Amino acid sequence: MRALLRRLGVYFLAAWVALTVSFLLPRVVPGNPVAGAVARASQSGNCNSQCVMAIEAQLGYNVHTSIWDQYLQYIGNLVHGDLGHSWSENASVGSLILQYLPWTLGLLVVATTISFIAGTTIGVLIAWRRGSWLDWVLPGATFLQAIPYFFLALVVVLIFGQTGTMLKWFPSLFGYDIYAVNPGPNVPYLTSVFSHAILPAATVILASMAGFILAMRNNMVTTMDEDFVLVAEAKGLPTRTVMWYAARNALLPVVANFTIAISLVVAGQILVEIVFNYPGIGFHLYDALGKLDYSLVQGIFVVITLVVLAANLLADVVYVLIDPRARQVA
Amino acid sequence: MTIDSTTLTQAPLAGPTPEPIFHRTRILHLPRSPKIIAGLVILAVFGVVAIIGRWIAPYSPNATDEQNWVQHVLVPGTGPGTDIPANFYPLPLGPSAAHWLGTTVFAQDVWSQLLAATQATLFVGLLAAAIATVLSVLIGVTAGYLGGGADEGLSLVANVFLAIPGLPLLIVLADYVPSAGSSILLVAAIIAITTWAYSARTLRAQTLSLRNRDFVEAARVSGEGRLRIILVEVLPNLLPIVAASFLFTTLAAVGAYVAIAFLGLAGSPTSSPPGLWNWGDMLREGFANNAIRGGWWWWWAPPGLCVALLGTGLALLNFGIDEFINPRLRAAGLSRKAPGRPASSAAPSSE
Repeated sequence: MRALLRRLGVYFLAAWVALTVSFLLPRVVPGNPVAGAVARASQSGNCNSQCVMAIEAQLGYNVHTSIWDQYLQYIGNLVHGDLGHSWSENASVGSLILQYLPWTLGLLVVATTISFIAGTTIGVLIAWRRGSWLDWVLPGATFLQAIPYFFLALVVVLIFGQTGTMLKWFPSLFGYDIYAVNPGPNVPYLTSVFSHAILPAATVILASMAGFILAMRNNMVTTMDEDFVLVAEAKGLPTRTVMWYAARNALLPVVANFTIAISLVVAGQILVEIVFNYPGIGFHLYDALGKLDYSLVQGIFVVITLVVLAANLLADVVYVLIDPRARQVA
Repeated sequence: MTIDSTTLTQAPLAGPTPEPIFHRTRILHLPRSPKIIAGLVILAVFGVVAIIGRWIAPYSPNATDEQNWVQHVLVPGTGPGTDIPANFYPLPLGPSAAHWLGTTVFAQDVWSQLLAATQATLFVGLLAAAIATVLSVLIGVTAGYLGGGADEGLSLVANVFLAIPGLPLLIVLADYVPSAGSSILLVAAIIAITTWAYSARTLRAQTLSLRNRDFVEAARVSGEGRLRIILVEVLPNLLPIVAASFLFTTLAAVGAYVAIAFLGLAGSPTSSPPGLWNWGDMLREGFANNAIRGGWWWWWAPPGLCVALLGTGLALLNFGIDEFINPRLRAAGLSRKAPGRPASSAAPSSE
């Protein structure tokens, strides 16, 4: 329990750092969002002092109070789930993110689960059959791992996407067919959502699987040299059982390094969503960047960080569950 | 340590094999691996292109090919025979002798852009990796060697940075820092801030295991200063890991640079103040101008393939170094799966 509490402490600190960075950046860095918004407002007419004050109020800061008061107010707002107001969508950032989040989480959870299971299994097999033709998967996986997610997404769209020029098998724009179906619990909508998720999910799976394959293969190769594997083999246990013993132990470092993996997958998915115009958090982050909607950018940053931290915590709990040594310490 | 004792006991037995030769073969073992050779070749090609690209580029990356611009498709319903003045729909030219990789919709030469972009991308990647590596060595080795409260504090900082997702933090930083796009140093520094933590953690763990080895203890007992022990005794033994994490960080930095450039945050040559051509920006322009729908693969495929190839080269080299550090990963190291192997040839690789 103690190790878990320690990790929890790290995550709380990480969340606090992310929040504080998000608070300080617009205030420390010159050329703050207010100036940008005023300039934008001036394009469609004169922005007088009242207009400036309105923009300041909307962006959630009032330069006349001390930075400490602003900070306390900011944290207080966050605790109440108030992430500010998005001027480009004219809605509260919190409600917007609640709207975007299911798309991102759905894709992320499904894709990461498939990729993790398939990747570790392939990694085990490659390590076990070392020296066979399966070794040729390694350079391929290395290449796949080096490809940026969004470039892979572009290739996938080109080959399989309906907006591409080749096979046109699957839809490759938006989260569902926005012209033909009505959102809601009806069959056409759900099938549409499913078919629109195929290509983005396939991209994320393909791109993230290579990392799991390589990590698992390397751990497995090291684990297979351990004495307990030799003993299991010497006892005459079936190959499958020996493999399972080794794989279970080789899996531990992969789970322990899940932090890095999940960060990369989330980063990749943000870009994949942009390519597919998938209505999740990543696409709207891109959209908000283009519209200079700083409160939305900040809100999305905070929420992505919290999601990643939650995933990390989950990985830690799983690690304690599967590693008896960690259980003893914990 | 055990390694030292085996060398000592084996030395008289080996007889005609003095230690220097053993060392030489061990060093030569590194470049002989096909992975390392492939990785080095790929990196060398990119390195040469980055250096001489400026001179071998046939056009300026920004120059519009005026002659071919007029060949673009006439927008239906405009021009002769209508009231509307002629309006041309820009269409990029495919690869030809004049333009090896075709042109963009702005009739700019893609090959020249690619050459210019290689330089900036490599430079930013290496610079960011250098900054991040210095940071990670400073923090990781200090934490590992000092231990105690300093270790707790520094490890906490590294763990916090590791837990915060890199790209979103990078996006927010690059979005707010003004003119981040036009300053290579600023972009590299921002990328370094988000990529140093993993290496620092690895280096700390390795320093921890080195700290209590006999040779370090001996140096401490003989009264050497802390800085000297770190620099002369500990750091040289960390070099393979520092090298591996430098490559890993370069890979991450190039990926991060391309990603934020794709988002339009790393400065593009068309923005003001103008940034540099880089692979991510080429991909962004292609994506934003419907290069996928138009089937203009020559525009967006080369920069993406370059990222993947460079990444593969770095990863291969990294694996080579990993196998050097951890002999079990070597294909030849596993004698158990190849029972026919003579025991004597397996001995040096398992050392």
